[in-house]
Amino acid sequence: MNELTHKYPEEIERLLAKYPANFRKSAVMPLLYLAQRKLGYLTKVQLAEVAEITGMSITDVDSVAGFYSLFHEQEGSASRPVEGSASRPVEGSASRPVEGGRYRVQVCTDLPCALRGAEEFLSQLCQNIGIKVGETTPDGAVTIEEVTCLAGCHRAPMFQLQGDGDIVYYENQTVEKAAGLVAELRARGASSTGTSSPAAEAKP
Amino acid sequence: MSELILLRHREIPSLDQLDVYVQHGGFAGYKKAVTSLQPADVINEVKASGLRGRGGAGFPTGVKWSFIPNTLWPHYVVANADESEPGTFKDREIMESNPYQFLEGLMIAAYAVQANVSYAYLRGEFWSIAEKLDACIAELEKAGYLGEHVLGSNYSLRLYTHLGAGAYICGEETALLESIEGNLGQPRLRPPFPAVSGLYGKPTVINNVETLTNLPLILAKGATWYRGFGTEKSPGVKIFCLSGRVNRPDNYELPLGTPFRHLIYELGGGIIDGKQIRAIMAAGASSNLIVADDKALDCPMDYESVQNTLGAPLGSASVIILDETVDMAWLVSKTAHFFKHESCGKCTPCREGTYWSMQIAERIVHGKGNAGDIELLKNVSAQMQGKCLCALGEFSTMPVISAITQFRADFEAKIASSSGPSSGHRSGDRSGDRSGDRSGELPAQVRS
Repeated sequence: MNELTHKYPEEIERLLAKYPANFRKSAVMPLLYLAQRKLGYLTKVQLAEVAEITGMSITDVDSVAGFYSLFHEQEGSASRPVEGSASRPVEGSASRPVEGGRYRVQVCTDLPCALRGAEEFLSQLCQNIGIKVGETTPDGAVTIEEVTCLAGCHRAPMFQLQGDGDIVYYENQTVEKAAGLVAELRARGASSTGTSSPAAEAKP
Repeated sequence: MSELILLRHREIPSLDQLDVYVQHGGFAGYKKAVTSLQPADVINEVKASGLRGRGGAGFPTGVKWSFIPNTLWPHYVVANADESEPGTFKDREIMESNPYQFLEGLMIAAYAVQANVSYAYLRGEFWSIAEKLDACIAELEKAGYLGEHVLGSNYSLRLYTHLGAGAYICGEETALLESIEGNLGQPRLRPPFPAVSGLYGKPTVINNVETLTNLPLILAKGATWYRGFGTEKSPGVKIFCLSGRVNRPDNYELPLGTPFRHLIYELGGGIIDGKQIRAIMAAGASSNLIVADDKALDCPMDYESVQNTLGAPLGSASVIILDETVDMAWLVSKTAHFFKHESCGKCTPCREGTYWSMQIAERIVHGKGNAGDIELLKNVSAQMQGKCLCALGEFSTMPVISAITQFRADFEAKIASSSGPSSGHRSGDRSGDRSGDRSGELPAQVRS
């Protein structure tokens, strides 16, 4: 049973229709986005489902997911399979089956942003929240990450918020503003399982 | 105030609405092309305009189109909207606020080479922009600009967006094509060039967003009008992305040939805290550093002048300003880290070279450098130059070499105050790098 096909039949048809009929493989990235939408990461089962739809091997799908930084794989997915259902995400559980929280605050510290104080911004934000870069708040809600250029150099310090199947830019930031957002995100809760917002579900 | 050509949304409110765009002359160029011009006429008009690629290479757009053979079909046009060069944020503004002009440009390019399907490849972070473009495309289909028999002609055209997922290398045109085909975004060996064997092995034109956005007005007003801006060899206008240590970082649309001084001091409001300017990077991270003396500040910003007078490519005109507070050894550690992170790992000179460049630059900055590290850094760059599969590896050496050549004292000062050798693998354990993670001590022969 291919759950992706079952859940998003029209969307998948629409995605496949963008590409020549004999190049279903072209839809692998859009399909991975679709698969990742609800949980915020990709499971072994989903990689297999995408492989089935595109006619690719699971290994090839796994390597595409691993190559691009906006895809997040569940620990122990295809390349390192974990036996049994114990590794499956537990509904409503705060413990994450994947590195990183429900929300990823991804701060750009590349050269142009760094010239406008992005490195100090990042370290002060981390200090304010009480975690280090790359770490997740104890409730599993927010991970702070350092990323490369996001095309927001003129509005540094800036970051993108990845989560709930969406990416939103926050520009011209101060530590106070960003810390306020983190507090708000933490209040929304750690687990995205079954709590994905209707807006996120409506994304193409 | 001069009339803008690319950033027209700054003067015309709601230009991202189809009716407003059409009211202000939108789709006149496309309509003219499709209903009254042969594809060859369109190519000739664009050739005559002298428009050159705005993605960085500066190659004449019409000439690029004329490489598409009429013996192999179908043809594709792909818009490169992967904008990821540090310091570049112009395509984003165009697509966010003037999306129809960009799409019209893409449609004109498609008609010129008789492509019936075109893709816009956007970086994954531009998720909401892709949604917006999808909505625009739906409007255009409804209005008869896209689909079967557009505007009553025999020409058919469909546009689709395709989202990347966080990989700088996909801005390289063959890596971009690989990515659309569902593969890892890694460059292809050339030849064959995309003009002959591109997307799905078919003749393909790849143009940058800004390049395409020039086309509607070139078609509507003519090549002669367009040549009224800019210089003889670099005609037209360009968006200069100004960032770094200036008071007013932003996009500025200017005729090519405008001097750096005007951009930095008149428009950009000068240097933060009234500090002294020290250097300029004209092409984002992929820049040769330019010492910001009077000669540089008075240099006209066009492809020839910047290259010939200052020895640096203008590239995508992503002008990053560095002032007296910036340590150039630190700067090199930043660019080296970027290129190491973004190297796709396919070819050895780039995969290994960017890794070692970062290791050495970072240990210098962190006070762990050795006496021979400056020469070692130059040596690593020399081993990469001319040997990489694509421009990423090649360009990564430009800030390294130009910084050492012109600001060697910055590196020497760091090394002089060093506490001694170290493994220097501060960032070796960062995740997400495509070229693989490594850790551990530098081999003795590299360290010495």
